[in-house]
Amino acid sequence: MAADKFPIEAGHIMMFARSVGDANNIYYDEDYAKTTEPGAIIAPPTFVQASAQFDPDYFLRPKIGQEWFGSAKGPTGITQRSGGGGGGGGGGGLHAEQHYVYHRTPTVGDVLTATTKPGKSWEKEGRRGGKLMFSESVTEYRDQKGELVVTATSVGVRTERPATAKE
Amino acid sequence: MALKASELKVGDTYEEEVCRNLSRTQIVMYAGASGDYNPLHSDEIFTTQIAGYPSVFAHGMLSMGMTGKMLTNYVGDGRLKAFGVRFTSQVFPGATLTAKATVTGIREENGEKIVDLDVSTTNEEGVEVVKGTASARVD
Repeated sequence: MAADKFPIEAGHIMMFARSVGDANNIYYDEDYAKTTEPGAIIAPPTFVQASAQFDPDYFLRPKIGQEWFGSAKGPTGITQRSGGGGGGGGGGGLHAEQHYVYHRTPTVGDVLTATTKPGKSWEKEGRRGGKLMFSESVTEYRDQKGELVVTATSVGVRTERPATAKE
Repeated sequence: MALKASELKVGDTYEEEVCRNLSRTQIVMYAGASGDYNPLHSDEIFTTQIAGYPSVFAHGMLSMGMTGKMLTNYVGDGRLKAFGVRFTSQVFPGATLTAKATVTGIREENGEKIVDLDVSTTNEEGVEVVKGTASARVD
């Protein structure tokens, strides 16, 4: 996840809070938020994941004028075979772990930058998905002053077979 | 609303039902808000015919987001210091999830009082789908 500008916006937080079913008014009502300890609308704990919206190259978003691998006329919109694929495929495997360290809470009005570095990678034999190939990436979210706000460590896994088999 | 260190003890628990009968539409809402439009989460045709799964399934981050809601309801707004999980099982439409926090320690760090928590979210069959830890500042 890389974004030069990830603005923390109230409307985006409202949509995100709805999507995780969180009715806490601090995510919806600025007047209420002013009466709380943070004193403003803040980001829910996993909100920085939505920086994907501000990553121009994020691969799990259809791009204007490009083929998309989801279904369209056929079960996948990719007309040229690009090799690979395989079980658990579609979109670069699955999300195995996610870890956040909060240096402070992102607040409406912040404009964060996100920079991602690769971390460790390792392999393991899984029960359901065959051989599992794990890889880690570390994203630092910094504010307009360059100070670290959130450190996010993501672990992805590629599987040989779907992790849950069809009946 | 914030927790008080003096009133907490190891083994204390807090739990919430964080979703009931998860709908495909809620998964679509999460895709739209988060920006993760992977068809594995919303495109039944692709997911069953190409990827070989029994059905679309929730983003791990949706389960983590719902688990985070339980945490902030427990520890208060803007109090989390750390939150990390493993996605231990997939979550399919129809799931009812219960998220639980268990106090594992109460300590001081840099003059702040901190509670450490084990975090576990299970589905309606008792299968754990999210397992992790969190730490939060308390009064």
